[in-house]
Amino acid sequence: MELAFVIEKFILITVVFALSLVVAMYSTLAERKIAAFLQDRVGPNRAGPGGMFQPLADGAKMFFKEEIIPEQSNKFLFIAGPSLAILTACIGSAVIPWGDTIAIAGRIVDLQVTDINVGILYIFGVVSLGVYGVMIGGWASNNKFSLMGAIRAASQNISYEIPMGLSIIALLLVTNTLSLKEITAQQHGWHWNVWYQPLGFLLFMICSFAETNRTPFDLPECETELVGGYHTEYSSMKLGFYLFAEYINMFISSAVMATLYFGGYNYPGMDWVNNMLGPLWGPLVGVAVLFLKIFAFIFFFMWVRWTVPRFRYDQLMNLGWKVLIPLAIANIVITGIWITISDRI
Amino acid sequence: MTLSLFYLVAFLSIFFSLLVIFSKNPVHSILYLIITFFTFTIHYILLNAQFLAIVNFIVYMGAILVLFLFVLMLLNLNKDSEPLKSNLLKIIGVIGGMCLLVTLVGSTKALHLSDPVILQAQNLGLVKNLGKVLFSEFLLPFEVSSILLLSAMVGAVLLAKREPNNA
Repeated sequence: MELAFVIEKFILITVVFALSLVVAMYSTLAERKIAAFLQDRVGPNRAGPGGMFQPLADGAKMFFKEEIIPEQSNKFLFIAGPSLAILTACIGSAVIPWGDTIAIAGRIVDLQVTDINVGILYIFGVVSLGVYGVMIGGWASNNKFSLMGAIRAASQNISYEIPMGLSIIALLLVTNTLSLKEITAQQHGWHWNVWYQPLGFLLFMICSFAETNRTPFDLPECETELVGGYHTEYSSMKLGFYLFAEYINMFISSAVMATLYFGGYNYPGMDWVNNMLGPLWGPLVGVAVLFLKIFAFIFFFMWVRWTVPRFRYDQLMNLGWKVLIPLAIANIVITGIWITISDRI
Repeated sequence: MTLSLFYLVAFLSIFFSLLVIFSKNPVHSILYLIITFFTFTIHYILLNAQFLAIVNFIVYMGAILVLFLFVLMLLNLNKDSEPLKSNLLKIIGVIGGMCLLVTLVGSTKALHLSDPVILQAQNLGLVKNLGKVLFSEFLLPFEVSSILLLSAMVGAVLLAKREPNNA
């Protein structure tokens, strides 16, 4: 293990971590701006030019608020809840290939923190772990509304993991590998998986809305029924962590969708661009393209939030179990038949 | 390096499993159980069985224990609501535990160290190799176990369905 390798990974991890925090921070501003745009308002425009410093002001406000821990709550778990939420949100980015290999000063640098051969399953595991933060926090608050929010989060998460896993299985039939690096490399140019798995992509996207607790599936924090849902009792930065974790999750799941179905850092005409710009700037254009795709997905998340009303709880369960799971199984069967036939021809 | 790591993780596994038994609050028990399963995941990684590790992570930590926690949160068990066990039950428990202990001690006395199993293929735990083995050498047991799971699922649905008819 050379020192250079350790330094390289350390820098990469730091950059990815900082980027996910910055993107999440500015997603809060983007959310309010987009909401304002869709509702024909101006949105936050006081702090800095065009409201640029609004996230910083919000963060500072969160830090300086009084921290309230309820008397009857379980102190340790009350603090562990938001910590877990933010931890699980941050570790998902480890296996995402942010770009092709680049050459800096004679070294080939891989723009991926680690390429484990079960990359997709790792993401899936992290997603399934994400519910603990909500559950533990909701239970430790010792509040009926929080508990209801936590229970809703758990049942929603488990229900939507199943169609998500099934849609990934159909994708694996096409890609023949679990490594995210290889999956991305296969989608060279315009061979994006979404052309081969349109239904799978649709299912995966709906499930990621549910897994990140975004509208129309934000029932765990449904304020019309549950006050504030699982974070009713939270204040100060602990509340901030919960809200922030949601935005990081949104960023990570946008990155996963872009990587799995929309080619990651691949784009049509990339060979020509790579030849023109050389082995350093060519792949960096790919990184920019990946971020463009991620921002497009984040915009889509927000667009849906301010367009579609929240589901009722029974509608959520019906959609998950009676529509998405049969569709996902049908998708696997169709994909299997299609692959068998195309192999024979 | 790997051996000392193994001892550390093994110690943590046993430590947290003991906490599962000894903690008074059932929700804390479940949380310790989650950590115990996490240490198992590390064990699998140390054995170079990445697929098994991540499946253990998803299925046990991500799904089954979430359901455990879910049920326990709904029950809201307290010290007050915990049913008092009669002395007879306690005596029966002690006798049962003793019998288990005697059996375990007896079986360890009868045990003699056989040849340790040597892993032939170092990369058996990787997805590709595991899949090949499951679908060629162990095809029948694999399919039979899937039928077992299916029957368990149908049984559970049947039990849940019976209630509205009676009510």
